[in-house]
Amino acid sequence: MEASATIEAGGAVDRSRRNQLWAFLVTGFFLAVSVGAYAVNELYLYLAAYIWFGFVYGMALQSGRFCFSSAFRDLFAVGVPRMVVGIMIATVVFGATAAAVSAAGMSTFHAAPFGVHSVVAGLIFGVGMVLAGGCASSSFYKAGEGNLTAAMVVVTMGVTQALFVDAGGFLGRLVPASWREAALAQGLPASVMAKPGWFDQYTVGYLWQRPTARIAEWMHLGSDSFAGAFVANFLVGVLLPALVVLAVVYAFWARKGFMKKRKREGKPGGAGAELAGFWTMVTSSRGTAITGVVLGVAAGLQMFVTKGLRLRFGIENAAGILAATGHDAGVSLRGTVHDPGHWSVATHSAQWAAWMFQKLGWDMSHNVYFGWSEGIPNPVFNLAAWMSIALVGGAAVMALLNDEFSWKKPTLELSVFAVVGGALMGVGARLGLGCNIGAFFARAANGDASGWLFAVGMTGGAWIAVKFFNWWTERKMAKEVGLATDLQL
Amino acid sequence: MAMKFEKTADGTYALDVKGYVCPHPQLYTKSALSKMKPGDTLKLMFDNASSGESIASMCDRDGDEIIEQTANGGTFVWTIKKS
Repeated sequence: MEASATIEAGGAVDRSRRNQLWAFLVTGFFLAVSVGAYAVNELYLYLAAYIWFGFVYGMALQSGRFCFSSAFRDLFAVGVPRMVVGIMIATVVFGATAAAVSAAGMSTFHAAPFGVHSVVAGLIFGVGMVLAGGCASSSFYKAGEGNLTAAMVVVTMGVTQALFVDAGGFLGRLVPASWREAALAQGLPASVMAKPGWFDQYTVGYLWQRPTARIAEWMHLGSDSFAGAFVANFLVGVLLPALVVLAVVYAFWARKGFMKKRKREGKPGGAGAELAGFWTMVTSSRGTAITGVVLGVAAGLQMFVTKGLRLRFGIENAAGILAATGHDAGVSLRGTVHDPGHWSVATHSAQWAAWMFQKLGWDMSHNVYFGWSEGIPNPVFNLAAWMSIALVGGAAVMALLNDEFSWKKPTLELSVFAVVGGALMGVGARLGLGCNIGAFFARAANGDASGWLFAVGMTGGAWIAVKFFNWWTERKMAKEVGLATDLQL
Repeated sequence: MAMKFEKTADGTYALDVKGYVCPHPQLYTKSALSKMKPGDTLKLMFDNASSGESIASMCDRDGDEIIEQTANGGTFVWTIKKS
Protein backbone atom coordinates (compact mmCIF):
# COMPACT_ATOMS: atom_id res chain seq x y z
CA MET A 1 0.00 0.00 0.00
CA GLU A 2 2.79 2.38 1.01
CA ALA A 3 4.81 1.37 -2.05
CA SER A 4 1.90 2.07 -4.43
CA ALA A 5 1.28 5.44 -2.75
CA THR A 6 4.97 6.29 -3.24
CA ILE A 7 4.82 5.29 -6.92
CA GLU A 8 1.64 7.37 -7.38
CA ALA A 9 3.26 10.40 -5.70
CA GLY A 10 6.37 9.91 -7.83
CA GLY A 11 4.20 9.82 -10.98
CA ALA A 12 2.48 13.05 -9.95
CA VAL A 13 5.86 14.72 -9.41
CA ASP A 14 7.08 13.54 -12.83
CA ARG A 15 3.90 14.84 -14.46
CA SER A 16 4.20 18.13 -12.62
CA ARG A 17 7.79 18.57 -13.88
CA ARG A 18 6.77 17.60 -17.41
CA ASN A 19 3.88 20.05 -17.28
CA GLN A 20 6.17 22.84 -16.06
CA LEU A 21 8.57 22.12 -18.90
CA TRP A 22 5.75 22.32 -21.45
CA ALA A 23 4.45 25.51 -19.86
CA PHE A 24 7.91 27.06 -20.24
CA LEU A 25 8.12 25.85 -23.85
CA VAL A 26 4.73 27.31 -24.78
CA THR A 27 5.56 30.63 -23.11
CA GLY A 28 8.99 30.56 -24.73
CA PHE A 29 7.43 30.07 -28.15
CA PHE A 30 5.35 33.24 -27.87
CA LEU A 31 8.31 35.09 -26.40
CA ALA A 32 10.47 33.95 -29.33
CA VAL A 33 7.84 35.03 -31.87
CA SER A 34 7.48 38.44 -30.20
CA VAL A 35 11.20 39.13 -29.81
CA GLY A 36 12.10 37.60 -33.19
CA ALA A 37 9.50 39.66 -35.03
CA TYR A 38 10.59 42.83 -33.22
CA ALA A 39 14.21 42.10 -34.15
CA VAL A 40 13.15 41.93 -37.81
CA ASN A 41 11.17 45.17 -37.66
CA GLU A 42 10.13 47.51 -34.85
CA LEU A 43 6.63 47.67 -36.37
CA TYR A 44 6.03 44.16 -35.11
CA LEU A 45 5.59 45.54 -31.60
CA TYR A 46 2.02 45.66 -32.84
CA LEU A 47 2.08 41.87 -33.16
CA ALA A 48 3.57 41.49 -29.67
CA ALA A 49 0.73 43.56 -28.21
CA TYR A 50 -1.87 41.26 -29.76
CA ILE A 51 0.05 38.17 -28.63
CA TRP A 52 0.43 39.14 -24.99
CA PHE A 53 -3.09 40.44 -24.52
CA GLY A 54 -4.33 37.19 -26.04
CA PHE A 55 -2.05 35.26 -23.68
CA VAL A 56 -3.46 37.10 -20.67
CA TYR A 57 -7.04 36.48 -21.84
CA GLY A 58 -6.28 32.77 -22.16
CA MET A 59 -4.70 32.57 -18.70
CA ALA A 60 -7.59 34.46 -17.10
CA LEU A 61 -10.31 32.49 -18.88
CA GLN A 62 -8.80 29.14 -17.95
CA SER A 63 -7.94 29.90 -14.34
CA GLY A 64 -11.32 31.57 -13.71
CA ARG A 65 -13.31 28.94 -15.72
CA PHE A 66 -14.75 32.00 -17.41
CA CYS A 67 -17.33 31.02 -20.03
CA PHE A 68 -19.89 33.37 -21.56
CA SER A 69 -21.97 30.38 -22.64
CA SER A 70 -22.15 29.21 -19.05
CA ALA A 71 -23.60 32.56 -17.98
CA PHE A 72 -26.68 32.18 -20.12
CA ARG A 73 -26.86 28.39 -20.01
CA ASP A 74 -26.27 27.45 -16.35
CA LEU A 75 -28.85 29.92 -15.16
CA PHE A 76 -31.54 27.99 -17.05
CA ALA A 77 -29.94 24.55 -16.77
CA VAL A 78 -29.02 24.34 -13.09
CA GLY A 79 -30.03 27.73 -11.65
CA VAL A 80 -26.45 28.89 -11.04
CA PRO A 81 -25.88 32.65 -11.50
CA ARG A 82 -22.07 32.54 -10.99
CA MET A 83 -21.06 33.36 -14.56
CA VAL A 84 -23.74 36.01 -15.20
CA VAL A 85 -22.28 37.83 -12.21
CA GLY A 86 -18.73 37.34 -13.51
CA ILE A 87 -19.59 38.62 -16.96
CA MET A 88 -21.46 41.64 -15.64
CA ILE A 89 -18.43 42.47 -13.46
CA ALA A 90 -16.11 42.10 -16.47
CA THR A 91 -18.41 44.23 -18.64
CA VAL A 92 -18.69 46.99 -16.04
CA VAL A 93 -14.92 47.07 -15.42
CA PHE A 94 -14.23 47.01 -19.17
CA GLY A 95 -16.84 49.76 -19.52
CA ALA A 96 -15.08 51.94 -16.94
CA THR A 97 -11.64 51.47 -18.52
CA ALA A 98 -13.12 51.94 -22.01
CA ALA A 99 -14.70 55.22 -20.87
CA ALA A 100 -11.35 56.44 -19.54
CA VAL A 101 -9.63 55.39 -22.78
CA SER A 102 -12.34 57.08 -24.88
CA ALA A 103 -12.18 60.30 -22.85
CA ALA A 104 -8.43 60.31 -23.43
CA GLY A 105 -9.06 60.07 -27.18
CA MET A 106 -7.42 56.64 -27.33
CA SER A 107 -10.34 54.36 -28.18
CA THR A 108 -10.12 51.90 -31.06
CA PHE A 109 -13.80 51.00 -30.86
CA HIS A 110 -16.25 51.51 -33.72
CA ALA A 111 -19.99 51.13 -33.17
CA ALA A 112 -21.80 48.37 -35.06
CA PRO A 113 -24.92 48.68 -37.19
CA PHE A 114 -27.92 48.84 -34.86
CA GLY A 115 -30.96 46.70 -35.60
CA VAL A 116 -33.02 43.63 -34.88
CA HIS A 117 -30.48 41.49 -36.74
CA SER A 118 -28.37 41.54 -33.54
CA VAL A 119 -31.13 39.71 -31.65
CA VAL A 120 -31.56 37.14 -34.45
CA ALA A 121 -27.79 36.64 -34.70
CA GLY A 122 -27.49 36.29 -30.91
CA LEU A 123 -30.32 33.75 -30.88
CA ILE A 124 -28.63 31.53 -33.47
CA PHE A 125 -25.24 31.97 -31.79
CA GLY A 126 -26.80 31.23 -28.38
CA VAL A 127 -28.34 27.92 -29.50
CA GLY A 128 -25.01 27.01 -31.11
CA MET A 129 -22.81 27.81 -28.13
CA VAL A 130 -24.89 25.72 -25.74
CA LEU A 131 -24.98 22.76 -28.14
CA ALA A 132 -21.24 23.11 -28.78
CA GLY A 133 -20.41 23.18 -25.07
CA GLY A 134 -18.90 26.66 -25.01
CA CYS A 135 -18.90 30.12 -26.56
CA ALA A 136 -16.19 31.24 -29.01
CA SER A 137 -13.71 32.37 -26.34
CA SER A 138 -14.24 29.34 -24.11
CA SER A 139 -13.92 26.95 -27.06
CA PHE A 140 -10.51 28.48 -27.73
CA TYR A 141 -9.43 28.28 -24.08
CA LYS A 142 -10.72 24.73 -23.68
CA ALA A 143 -8.78 23.75 -26.80
CA GLY A 144 -5.78 24.99 -24.80
CA GLU A 145 -6.70 22.49 -22.05
CA GLY A 146 -6.36 19.69 -24.61
CA ASN A 147 -10.09 19.40 -25.27
CA LEU A 148 -10.36 18.23 -28.88
CA THR A 149 -14.16 18.67 -28.92
CA ALA A 150 -13.58 22.37 -28.29
CA ALA A 151 -10.98 22.40 -31.08
CA MET A 152 -13.62 20.89 -33.38
CA VAL A 153 -15.96 23.75 -32.47
CA VAL A 154 -13.28 26.30 -33.39
CA VAL A 155 -12.67 24.62 -36.76
CA THR A 156 -16.37 24.22 -37.56
CA MET A 157 -17.11 27.82 -36.59
CA GLY A 158 -14.34 29.06 -38.88
CA VAL A 159 -15.26 26.87 -41.84
CA THR A 160 -18.95 27.75 -41.55
CA GLN A 161 -18.22 31.47 -41.47
CA ALA A 162 -16.04 31.22 -44.59
CA LEU A 163 -18.63 29.17 -46.48
CA PHE A 164 -21.51 31.37 -45.32
CA VAL A 165 -20.00 34.66 -46.48
CA ASP A 166 -18.94 33.15 -49.82
CA ALA A 167 -22.13 31.21 -50.61
CA GLY A 168 -23.60 32.26 -53.94
CA GLY A 169 -26.09 30.67 -56.33
CA PHE A 170 -29.81 30.67 -55.60
CA LEU A 171 -29.26 31.96 -52.03
CA GLY A 172 -28.29 35.29 -53.54
CA ARG A 173 -31.82 35.65 -54.85
CA LEU A 174 -33.37 35.11 -51.39
CA VAL A 175 -33.04 38.73 -50.30
CA PRO A 176 -35.48 41.65 -50.29
CA ALA A 177 -35.26 43.75 -53.47
CA SER A 178 -34.40 46.77 -51.31
CA TRP A 179 -31.20 45.08 -50.07
CA ARG A 180 -30.17 44.18 -53.60
CA GLU A 181 -30.82 47.68 -54.91
CA ALA A 182 -29.02 49.34 -52.01
CA ALA A 183 -26.08 46.94 -52.38
CA LEU A 184 -25.69 47.59 -56.11
CA ALA A 185 -26.06 51.36 -55.59
CA GLN A 186 -23.03 51.32 -53.28
CA GLY A 187 -20.72 51.07 -56.30
CA LEU A 188 -18.29 48.51 -54.92
CA PRO A 189 -15.75 46.97 -57.35
CA ALA A 190 -17.08 44.27 -59.66
CA SER A 191 -14.59 41.75 -58.28
CA VAL A 192 -16.61 41.54 -55.07
CA MET A 193 -20.06 42.48 -56.35
CA ALA A 194 -20.28 40.98 -59.85
CA LYS A 195 -22.36 38.08 -58.55
CA PRO A 196 -23.41 39.21 -55.08
CA GLY A 197 -24.25 36.38 -52.71
CA TRP A 198 -26.73 36.46 -49.84
CA PHE A 199 -24.22 37.73 -47.31
CA ASP A 200 -22.85 40.39 -49.66
CA GLN A 201 -26.31 41.88 -50.08
CA TYR A 202 -27.09 41.51 -46.38
CA THR A 203 -23.86 43.37 -45.53
CA VAL A 204 -23.99 46.16 -48.06
CA GLY A 205 -27.74 46.42 -48.67
CA TYR A 206 -28.87 46.03 -45.06
CA LEU A 207 -26.10 46.38 -42.45
CA TRP A 208 -24.38 49.34 -44.08
CA GLN A 209 -27.71 51.16 -44.23
CA ARG A 210 -28.32 50.79 -40.48
CA PRO A 211 -27.45 53.59 -38.02
CA THR A 212 -24.20 53.17 -36.11
CA ALA A 213 -23.94 55.07 -32.86
CA ARG A 214 -22.97 54.67 -29.25
CA ILE A 215 -25.22 55.95 -26.45
CA ALA A 216 -23.18 59.18 -26.33
CA GLU A 217 -23.97 59.99 -29.96
CA TRP A 218 -27.65 59.22 -29.36
CA MET A 219 -27.52 61.80 -26.57
CA HIS A 220 -25.75 64.27 -28.86
CA LEU A 221 -22.49 63.98 -26.94
CA GLY A 222 -19.11 63.00 -28.29
CA SER A 223 -17.82 59.61 -27.13
CA ASP A 224 -14.46 61.23 -26.47
CA SER A 225 -15.93 63.88 -24.15
CA PHE A 226 -16.00 63.25 -20.38
CA ALA A 227 -19.81 63.39 -20.23
CA GLY A 228 -20.17 61.25 -23.34
CA ALA A 229 -17.69 58.61 -22.19
CA PHE A 230 -18.58 58.38 -18.50
CA VAL A 231 -22.21 59.48 -18.23
CA ALA A 232 -23.67 58.32 -21.54
CA ASN A 233 -21.59 55.34 -22.64
CA PHE A 234 -20.60 54.02 -19.20
CA LEU A 235 -23.37 54.99 -16.76
CA VAL A 236 -26.33 54.71 -19.13
CA GLY A 237 -24.88 52.20 -21.59
CA VAL A 238 -23.07 49.81 -19.28
CA LEU A 239 -23.62 50.24 -15.54
CA LEU A 240 -27.41 50.64 -15.51
CA PRO A 241 -28.13 47.72 -17.89
CA ALA A 242 -25.68 45.52 -15.93
CA LEU A 243 -27.41 46.39 -12.64
CA VAL A 244 -30.80 45.61 -14.19
CA VAL A 245 -29.51 42.22 -15.37
CA LEU A 246 -28.09 41.46 -11.91
CA ALA A 247 -31.31 42.59 -10.19
CA VAL A 248 -33.39 40.29 -12.42
CA VAL A 249 -31.02 37.38 -11.80
CA TYR A 250 -31.13 38.04 -8.05
CA ALA A 251 -34.93 38.25 -8.00
CA PHE A 252 -35.54 35.08 -9.99
CA TRP A 253 -32.57 32.83 -9.17
CA ALA A 254 -30.68 33.87 -6.02
CA ARG A 255 -33.15 35.61 -3.67
CA LYS A 256 -35.26 32.60 -2.66
CA GLY A 257 -32.31 30.52 -1.47
CA PHE A 258 -30.72 33.44 0.36
CA MET A 259 -33.92 34.42 2.19
CA LYS A 260 -34.61 30.80 3.12
CA LYS A 261 -31.15 30.48 4.64
CA ARG A 262 -31.56 33.81 6.45
CA LYS A 263 -34.91 32.72 7.88
CA ARG A 264 -33.35 29.48 9.15
CA GLU A 265 -30.74 31.58 10.93
CA GLY A 266 -33.49 33.72 12.50
CA LYS A 267 -32.37 36.93 10.77
CA PRO A 268 -34.94 39.57 9.72
CA GLY A 269 -35.99 40.46 6.15
CA GLY A 270 -36.43 43.94 4.69
CA ALA A 271 -34.44 46.24 2.41
CA GLY A 272 -31.18 45.58 4.28
CA ALA A 273 -31.63 41.84 3.79
CA GLU A 274 -32.28 42.35 0.07
CA LEU A 275 -29.09 44.37 -0.28
CA ALA A 276 -27.17 41.74 1.68
CA GLY A 277 -28.59 39.05 -0.60
CA PHE A 278 -27.65 40.98 -3.72
CA TRP A 279 -24.11 41.53 -2.42
CA THR A 280 -23.77 37.88 -1.41
CA MET A 281 -24.70 36.86 -4.98
CA VAL A 282 -22.18 39.28 -6.48
CA THR A 283 -19.35 38.15 -4.22
CA SER A 284 -20.22 34.45 -3.95
CA SER A 285 -17.48 33.37 -6.35
CA ARG A 286 -14.34 35.33 -5.54
CA GLY A 287 -12.33 33.69 -8.33
CA THR A 288 -14.94 34.54 -10.95
CA ALA A 289 -15.17 38.14 -9.74
CA ILE A 290 -11.38 38.56 -9.81
CA THR A 291 -11.22 37.09 -13.32
CA GLY A 292 -13.95 39.50 -14.41
CA VAL A 293 -11.89 42.43 -13.11
CA VAL A 294 -8.70 41.16 -14.81
CA LEU A 295 -10.47 40.68 -18.15
CA GLY A 296 -12.19 44.06 -17.92
CA VAL A 297 -8.96 45.94 -17.16
CA ALA A 298 -6.97 44.03 -19.81
CA ALA A 299 -9.63 44.62 -22.48
CA GLY A 300 -9.64 48.37 -21.83
CA LEU A 301 -5.87 48.55 -21.64
CA GLN A 302 -5.57 46.71 -24.95
CA MET A 303 -7.45 49.50 -26.74
CA PHE A 304 -5.15 52.09 -25.18
CA VAL A 305 -1.97 50.21 -26.13
CA THR A 306 -3.16 49.46 -29.67
CA LYS A 307 -4.15 53.06 -30.30
CA GLY A 308 -0.81 54.21 -28.90
CA LEU A 309 1.05 51.93 -31.30
CA ARG A 310 -1.09 53.11 -34.23
CA LEU A 311 -0.22 56.71 -33.41
CA ARG A 312 3.45 55.88 -32.97
CA PHE A 313 3.67 54.02 -36.28
CA GLY A 314 1.34 56.37 -38.15
CA ILE A 315 -1.06 53.64 -39.23
CA GLU A 316 -4.82 53.20 -39.09
CA ASN A 317 -4.83 49.47 -39.68
CA ALA A 318 -2.39 46.53 -39.48
CA ALA A 319 -2.38 46.42 -43.27
CA GLY A 320 -0.04 49.42 -43.05
CA ILE A 321 2.50 47.24 -41.26
CA LEU A 322 2.06 44.40 -43.75
CA ALA A 323 2.62 46.84 -46.63
CA ALA A 324 5.71 48.34 -44.99
CA THR A 325 7.21 44.89 -44.39
CA GLY A 326 6.32 43.47 -47.81
CA HIS A 327 3.75 40.94 -46.59
CA ASP A 328 0.58 42.52 -47.90
CA ALA A 329 -0.68 39.58 -49.96
CA GLY A 330 -4.21 38.94 -48.76
CA VAL A 331 -4.96 42.57 -47.86
CA SER A 332 -8.51 43.54 -48.88
CA LEU A 333 -9.34 45.77 -51.86
CA ARG A 334 -9.88 48.78 -49.61
CA GLY A 335 -6.41 48.20 -48.16
CA THR A 336 -7.31 46.76 -44.77
CA VAL A 337 -7.22 43.51 -42.83
CA HIS A 338 -9.18 42.51 -39.75
CA ASP A 339 -7.62 44.62 -37.02
CA PRO A 340 -10.21 45.46 -34.38
CA GLY A 341 -7.82 47.06 -31.90
CA HIS A 342 -9.63 45.26 -29.11
CA TRP A 343 -10.45 41.69 -28.10
CA SER A 344 -12.21 39.70 -30.82
CA VAL A 345 -12.34 36.01 -31.60
CA ALA A 346 -14.64 34.71 -34.35
CA THR A 347 -13.23 36.50 -37.40
CA HIS A 348 -9.78 34.96 -36.90
CA SER A 349 -11.07 31.43 -37.37
CA ALA A 350 -13.01 32.57 -40.47
CA GLN A 351 -9.81 33.98 -41.99
CA TRP A 352 -7.83 30.83 -41.21
CA ALA A 353 -10.52 28.70 -42.88
CA ALA A 354 -10.65 31.02 -45.91
CA TRP A 355 -6.86 30.90 -46.23
CA MET A 356 -6.99 27.09 -46.19
CA PHE A 357 -9.72 27.10 -48.86
CA GLN A 358 -7.58 29.45 -50.96
CA LYS A 359 -4.66 27.01 -50.68
CA LEU A 360 -6.96 24.23 -51.85
CA GLY A 361 -7.82 26.28 -54.94
CA TRP A 362 -11.14 27.85 -53.84
CA ASP A 363 -10.96 31.60 -54.37
CA MET A 364 -12.60 33.16 -51.29
CA SER A 365 -11.73 36.76 -52.14
CA HIS A 366 -14.69 37.49 -54.45
CA ASN A 367 -17.03 38.53 -51.68
CA VAL A 368 -17.47 41.70 -49.66
CA TYR A 369 -16.50 40.18 -46.32
CA PHE A 370 -13.03 38.92 -47.23
CA GLY A 371 -12.43 40.74 -50.53
CA TRP A 372 -13.46 44.23 -49.45
CA SER A 373 -13.31 44.28 -45.65
CA GLU A 374 -11.29 41.74 -43.69
CA GLY A 375 -8.78 40.32 -46.15
CA ILE A 376 -7.25 36.84 -46.05
CA PRO A 377 -3.67 37.31 -44.89
CA ASN A 378 -1.30 34.39 -44.46
CA PRO A 379 -1.93 33.23 -40.84
CA VAL A 380 1.74 33.92 -40.02
CA PHE A 381 1.20 37.60 -40.90
CA ASN A 382 -2.36 37.84 -39.58
CA LEU A 383 -1.32 40.03 -36.65
CA ALA A 384 -4.70 40.26 -34.87
CA ALA A 385 -5.32 36.53 -35.22
CA TRP A 386 -2.20 35.83 -33.18
CA MET A 387 -4.30 37.05 -30.26
CA SER A 388 -6.46 33.92 -30.52
CA ILE A 389 -3.44 31.64 -30.99
CA ALA A 390 -1.88 33.16 -27.88
CA LEU A 391 -5.20 32.81 -26.04
CA VAL A 392 -4.97 29.05 -26.61
CA GLY A 393 -1.34 29.18 -25.46
CA GLY A 394 -2.11 31.15 -22.30
CA ALA A 395 -4.89 28.74 -21.41
CA ALA A 396 -2.57 25.77 -22.05
CA VAL A 397 0.07 27.23 -19.73
CA MET A 398 -2.44 27.69 -16.90
CA ALA A 399 -3.92 24.23 -17.45
CA LEU A 400 -0.43 22.69 -17.41
CA LEU A 401 0.61 24.53 -14.26
CA ASN A 402 -2.66 23.59 -12.51
CA ASP A 403 -2.31 19.95 -13.60
CA GLU A 404 -5.53 20.24 -15.60
CA PHE A 405 -4.15 19.64 -19.09
CA SER A 406 -5.10 16.36 -20.73
CA TRP A 407 -5.96 15.35 -24.27
CA LYS A 408 -9.68 14.68 -24.39
CA LYS A 409 -10.85 12.92 -27.54
CA PRO A 410 -14.34 13.71 -28.78
CA THR A 411 -16.98 10.99 -28.74
CA LEU A 412 -19.42 10.59 -31.63
CA GLU A 413 -22.17 12.21 -29.55
CA LEU A 414 -20.04 15.24 -28.66
CA SER A 415 -18.70 15.49 -32.22
CA VAL A 416 -22.22 15.85 -33.58
CA PHE A 417 -23.01 18.56 -31.01
CA ALA A 418 -19.68 20.28 -31.75
CA VAL A 419 -20.28 20.37 -35.50
CA VAL A 420 -23.93 21.45 -35.32
CA GLY A 421 -23.22 23.95 -32.52
CA GLY A 422 -20.05 25.29 -34.17
CA ALA A 423 -21.91 25.77 -37.48
CA LEU A 424 -24.71 27.72 -35.78
CA MET A 425 -22.11 29.82 -33.96
CA GLY A 426 -20.44 30.55 -37.29
CA VAL A 427 -23.69 31.72 -38.89
CA GLY A 428 -24.69 33.74 -35.80
CA ALA A 429 -21.27 35.35 -35.56
CA ARG A 430 -21.37 36.54 -39.15
CA LEU A 431 -24.95 37.81 -38.99
CA GLY A 432 -24.10 39.71 -35.82
CA LEU A 433 -20.64 40.79 -37.02
CA GLY A 434 -19.03 39.09 -34.06
CA CYS A 435 -19.30 36.46 -31.35
CA ASN A 436 -19.81 36.67 -27.60
CA ILE A 437 -16.68 38.83 -27.44
CA GLY A 438 -16.87 41.06 -30.54
CA ALA A 439 -20.66 41.35 -30.75
CA PHE A 440 -21.51 41.39 -27.04
CA PHE A 441 -18.62 42.05 -24.65
CA ALA A 442 -16.74 44.73 -26.61
CA ARG A 443 -19.90 46.50 -27.79
CA ALA A 444 -21.84 46.47 -24.52
CA ALA A 445 -18.78 47.71 -22.61
CA ASN A 446 -18.23 50.55 -25.09
CA GLY A 447 -21.77 51.92 -24.86
CA ASP A 448 -22.98 50.35 -28.10
CA ALA A 449 -26.53 49.15 -27.40
CA SER A 450 -26.33 46.54 -30.16
CA GLY A 451 -24.17 44.52 -27.76
CA TRP A 452 -27.09 44.21 -25.35
CA LEU A 453 -29.39 43.25 -28.24
CA PHE A 454 -26.98 40.43 -29.12
CA ALA A 455 -27.10 39.38 -25.43
CA VAL A 456 -30.91 39.27 -25.50
CA GLY A 457 -30.67 36.94 -28.49
CA MET A 458 -28.01 34.78 -26.81
CA THR A 459 -30.22 34.46 -23.72
CA GLY A 460 -33.15 33.27 -25.84
CA GLY A 461 -30.91 30.88 -27.76
CA ALA A 462 -29.45 29.45 -24.56
CA TRP A 463 -32.96 28.91 -23.16
CA ILE A 464 -34.03 26.97 -26.26
CA ALA A 465 -30.89 24.81 -26.26
CA VAL A 466 -31.17 24.12 -22.51
CA LYS A 467 -34.74 22.88 -23.06
CA PHE A 468 -33.33 20.46 -25.62
CA PHE A 469 -30.50 19.33 -23.32
CA ASN A 470 -32.87 18.79 -20.38
CA TRP A 471 -34.87 16.42 -22.57
CA TRP A 472 -31.71 14.75 -23.90
CA THR A 473 -30.22 14.25 -20.42
CA GLU A 474 -33.38 12.87 -18.90
CA ARG A 475 -33.82 10.52 -21.85
CA LYS A 476 -30.31 9.14 -21.40
CA MET A 477 -30.63 8.88 -17.63
CA ALA A 478 -33.96 7.07 -17.98
CA LYS A 479 -32.31 4.63 -20.36
CA GLU A 480 -29.41 4.09 -17.94
CA VAL A 481 -31.74 3.58 -14.99
CA GLY A 482 -33.98 1.31 -17.03
CA LEU A 483 -31.08 -0.91 -18.07
CA ALA A 484 -29.82 -1.51 -14.53
CA THR A 485 -32.07 -3.41 -12.15
CA ASP A 486 -30.22 -1.99 -9.14
CA LEU A 487 -31.13 1.52 -10.24
CA GLN A 488 -34.89 1.15 -10.02
CA LEU A 489 -35.03 4.25 -7.86
CA MET B 1 -16.88 7.37 -23.47
CA ALA B 2 -20.54 7.11 -22.57
CA MET B 3 -22.09 8.39 -19.38
CA LYS B 4 -22.39 5.75 -16.65
CA PHE B 5 -24.65 5.93 -13.60
CA GLU B 6 -24.66 2.99 -11.22
CA LYS B 7 -25.51 1.94 -7.68
CA THR B 8 -22.32 0.72 -6.00
CA ALA B 9 -23.79 -0.12 -2.55
CA ASP B 10 -26.83 0.73 -0.45
CA GLY B 11 -27.19 4.52 -0.55
CA THR B 12 -24.05 4.90 -2.63
CA TYR B 13 -24.02 5.79 -6.31
CA ALA B 14 -21.40 6.55 -8.95
CA LEU B 15 -21.72 8.85 -11.94
CA ASP B 16 -18.96 8.80 -14.54
CA VAL B 17 -19.15 11.69 -17.01
CA LYS B 18 -15.49 11.78 -18.01
CA GLY B 19 -15.06 12.94 -21.59
CA TYR B 20 -18.11 15.20 -21.49
CA VAL B 21 -17.97 18.95 -21.97
CA CYS B 22 -20.41 21.54 -20.58
CA PRO B 23 -23.25 21.38 -19.85
CA HIS B 24 -23.47 17.58 -19.74
CA PRO B 25 -21.63 16.94 -16.43
CA GLN B 26 -23.72 19.45 -14.47
CA LEU B 27 -26.98 18.29 -16.03
CA TYR B 28 -26.26 14.60 -15.37
CA THR B 29 -25.22 15.45 -11.80
CA LYS B 30 -28.42 17.38 -11.24
CA SER B 31 -30.45 14.52 -12.65
CA ALA B 32 -28.57 11.87 -10.65
CA LEU B 33 -28.97 13.77 -7.37
CA SER B 34 -32.68 14.23 -8.04
CA LYS B 35 -33.05 10.44 -8.22
CA MET B 36 -31.30 9.82 -4.87
CA LYS B 37 -32.61 9.98 -1.29
CA PRO B 38 -31.39 12.41 1.41
CA GLY B 39 -28.19 11.07 3.00
CA ASP B 40 -27.19 9.05 -0.10
CA THR B 41 -23.74 9.75 -1.52
CA LEU B 42 -22.69 10.18 -5.13
CA LYS B 43 -19.17 9.55 -6.38
CA LEU B 44 -18.85 11.89 -9.35
CA MET B 45 -16.07 11.54 -11.92
CA PHE B 46 -15.53 14.26 -14.53
CA ASP B 47 -12.70 15.90 -16.47
CA ASN B 48 -14.26 19.16 -17.63
CA ALA B 49 -12.84 21.61 -15.09
CA SER B 50 -15.39 24.38 -15.66
CA SER B 51 -18.30 22.04 -14.86
CA GLY B 52 -16.91 21.77 -11.34
CA GLU B 53 -17.66 25.44 -10.67
CA SER B 54 -21.31 25.04 -11.61
CA ILE B 55 -21.68 21.78 -9.70
CA ALA B 56 -20.13 23.32 -6.56
CA SER B 57 -22.50 26.32 -6.80
CA MET B 58 -25.46 24.00 -7.35
CA CYS B 59 -24.55 21.89 -4.27
CA ASP B 60 -24.04 25.02 -2.16
CA ARG B 61 -27.46 26.35 -3.14
CA ASP B 62 -29.27 23.04 -2.53
CA GLY B 63 -27.41 22.25 0.70
CA ASP B 64 -25.76 19.13 -0.73
CA GLU B 65 -22.35 18.62 0.82
CA ILE B 66 -19.19 17.92 -1.16
CA ILE B 67 -17.44 15.68 1.36
CA GLU B 68 -14.37 14.77 -0.69
CA GLN B 69 -12.61 16.29 -3.70
CA THR B 70 -9.57 14.87 -5.50
CA ALA B 71 -7.91 15.99 -8.73
CA ASN B 72 -5.41 14.02 -10.70
CA GLY B 73 -4.08 14.97 -14.13
CA GLY B 74 -7.20 16.83 -15.17
CA THR B 75 -9.63 14.23 -13.79
CA PHE B 76 -11.78 15.14 -10.80
CA VAL B 77 -13.45 12.77 -8.35
CA TRP B 78 -15.94 14.32 -5.93
CA THR B 79 -18.11 12.67 -3.32
CA ILE B 80 -21.39 14.50 -2.77
CA LYS B 81 -23.79 13.82 0.10
CA LYS B 82 -27.38 14.67 -0.76
CA SER B 83 -29.13 16.83 1.82
